[in-house]
Amino acid sequence: MSPDPASTHDSAHPHDPNRAIDSARALAVDPLIDDPKTRIVVCCGSGGVGKTTTAAALGLRAAERGRKVVVLTIDPARRLAQSMGIDSLDNVPRRVKGIDDTAGGELHAMMLDMKRTFDEIVEAHADPERAAAILGNPFYQSLSAGFAGTQEYMAMEKLGQLRARDEWDLIIVDTPPSRSALDFLDAPKRLGSFLDGKLIRVLLAPAKVGGRAGMKFLNVGMSMMTGALGKLLGGQLLKDVQTFVAAMDSMFGGFRTRADATYKLLQAPGTAFLVVAAPERDALREAAYFVERLAAEDMPLAGLVLNRVHGSGAAQLSAERALAAAENLDLAADPADPADPADPSDPGAADPAATENLADPRIVDQVGGKVGLRNSPDTYGSSESPASEGHASEVPPLEAGSPAADRATADRTDRTVTDATDRTVDQLAAGLLRLHAERMQLLSREQRTRDRFTALHPEVAVAEVAALPGDVHDLAGLRNIGDRLAAIQPELPTTGA
Amino acid sequence: MSRLQVVSGKGGTGKTTVAAALALALATEGKRTLLVEVEGRQGIAQLFETEALPYGERKIAVAPGGGEVYALAIDPELALLDYLQMFYKLGSAGRALKKLGAIDFATTIAPGLRDVLLTGKACEAVRRKDKSGRFTYDYVVMDAPPTGRITRFLNVNDEVAGLAKIGPIHNQAQAVMRVLKSRETAVHLVTLLEEMPVQETVDGIAELRSARLPVGRIIVNMVRPAVLDGGDLEFLQAASRPSIAKSLSAAGLGGARRGGNAERLVEPLLEQADEYAERHTLEHEQRAVLRELGLPLHELPLLAEGMDLAGLYELATELRQQGIS
Repeated sequence: MSPDPASTHDSAHPHDPNRAIDSARALAVDPLIDDPKTRIVVCCGSGGVGKTTTAAALGLRAAERGRKVVVLTIDPARRLAQSMGIDSLDNVPRRVKGIDDTAGGELHAMMLDMKRTFDEIVEAHADPERAAAILGNPFYQSLSAGFAGTQEYMAMEKLGQLRARDEWDLIIVDTPPSRSALDFLDAPKRLGSFLDGKLIRVLLAPAKVGGRAGMKFLNVGMSMMTGALGKLLGGQLLKDVQTFVAAMDSMFGGFRTRADATYKLLQAPGTAFLVVAAPERDALREAAYFVERLAAEDMPLAGLVLNRVHGSGAAQLSAERALAAAENLDLAADPADPADPADPSDPGAADPAATENLADPRIVDQVGGKVGLRNSPDTYGSSESPASEGHASEVPPLEAGSPAADRATADRTDRTVTDATDRTVDQLAAGLLRLHAERMQLLSREQRTRDRFTALHPEVAVAEVAALPGDVHDLAGLRNIGDRLAAIQPELPTTGA
Repeated sequence: MSRLQVVSGKGGTGKTTVAAALALALATEGKRTLLVEVEGRQGIAQLFETEALPYGERKIAVAPGGGEVYALAIDPELALLDYLQMFYKLGSAGRALKKLGAIDFATTIAPGLRDVLLTGKACEAVRRKDKSGRFTYDYVVMDAPPTGRITRFLNVNDEVAGLAKIGPIHNQAQAVMRVLKSRETAVHLVTLLEEMPVQETVDGIAELRSARLPVGRIIVNMVRPAVLDGGDLEFLQAASRPSIAKSLSAAGLGGARRGGNAERLVEPLLEQADEYAERHTLEHEQRAVLRELGLPLHELPLLAEGMDLAGLYELATELRQQGIS
């Protein structure tokens, strides 16, 4: 009655993880980062989707493939920053140690310090006296300490600086966790239009009134404006703002020029945008928005990186069948009635607790090993994943017998938890099947959200990164992510294994 | 029970969802809550499956048991014009300021002014009373900026009060700060049982505490069901592959012999169990870290069908059962 999974695994089954990739283009990461013409890669996306990790993993991969790379991160997780040696904020790129440099590449990384970046601009473009006046201005101090937008401006500024130094052949930029996509793209423009705008002149007006008769009419309007601003802000703050603007006046041209140049740099052919997302509704909705904005701004989009995609080596078994089978096992009063007699050649078959199996190293070897190969159902029982090496080192030891009673959610399962000695293989198998059913439900949910995105933007190339059970915080983990990122999902095997 | 409930959390933890569920949970019989959005993303409208919210309070849902939930997406630009109109009768000057780009300046570039307007509007809703002297809203729930920015966002009034030492902005900032630092306010943090969100939560709470902002509860979102327990995982190490294959075969999944359908399921299923075990261990550690913070801890399940309106009500009911309202 039940179909043989082996006979169906190479035809399209309902949870075929390759479906989205078939209808969308697959994003080939290696050609992108290997191409000497690629000079800037910008990773953007909503918060919490793994932008920083993606940027760092791409940087490491490009460096180990022979390029001289600098990664500009905005707010990396502490342990990741420590592992790259950039946890101290000095606002200059540091060389990352411990990479494989046999291909002649280098990896540098830095964490953006926005206040310092702003201070450096002031120091570089104003004479010492004026610089001191600006740096000491209360309005400036608040502005540079990171109110809305400053981080975005400074990220763009730093990108421009790194590019101008021309020391690296590839710059990879992580973008700030903006409240919306707009902030990052709009930063240069908005700053430019503000600095060019009439408001600046209004603010400067009282200082420039002088005696020019021709300006008189205009100045009446302007003093009304400053009057209104003064009412709103309070006279002393307005004065701080005016002093600040007056002191910055000579620098504004420079800001404007650099902001424009950076904006053009982003549109240039050597730049590639990667939109990063997770297969969740909100993240993909934001991703679609980014894609549309980038197109509207003529920014070159390379593709979508979809992080944390789940797969299953047993995708041929649907959630429904797995749950039904689990129920069969629950109901089986007499578990000693197997449909298939035990294989006499296998000594472990008769005794579930056979000691040979306790020593079976494969269980540990395979943790996380084949997640990246979810499209290769013919590799069961092997662990030749290219991703397994780097990952194995960070697998924590199994916490055997962790107190189940401690778990607040334990009562959500309808399973009766009994003493370990009462457990049967049937119960365990039922648990494995329920776990699989949960995985398959997750898979189909991810598939649905992905399909929605692909339907909206079939032109966008997609690279999927298989989910890891834990966080990444060392170079080995980043290397593993890079491998997953670059692994173009193979076509479905044409013949069964 | 604090009347201003601020919900923050790392990006991707579902803070908008939790804020909306909290607004529903607090709208018990006869109560009225206002759900406020400050980041202009129209996340509330998407969650409640309605069109984009205008800058105005409007009823968005009736909670289980009959309370009402209103929603407001605060637009800083309109809030500023509103504010100018209200306090200074600056009708035409306000429009002129807009033309000049001053409003744009004030709401995007001027230090903290945008945040003052956003928190100010929320505090105004908290204090507002109807003609009979009853509070218009029993609770105001704010879908606030993420954990990394929350202290600065809420504390910006302090900073602005220092920057603008006199004048109406100074007074406004001080009035807002009195509400935010009082028992009227509670700041809740949403997290997942993962290392980075938990670390951000720990850091966020330290920052909030040092700014003397009132920390409320920790809400762990998207908790996966516990399918295997510690004993199962231990047993997993001992169980032989052929015996598992036999069980699967007995359950009707094909042959248990090498190459049989049931046998072929064993490796991938064990692999999934190993991943589960790894995650289980990590989650256990993260839960312990959160417990050490000594704050009320709530857990909301991951909804198997994804987040939709029905799921939102489910989470609201869950929060009520956990005694949050």
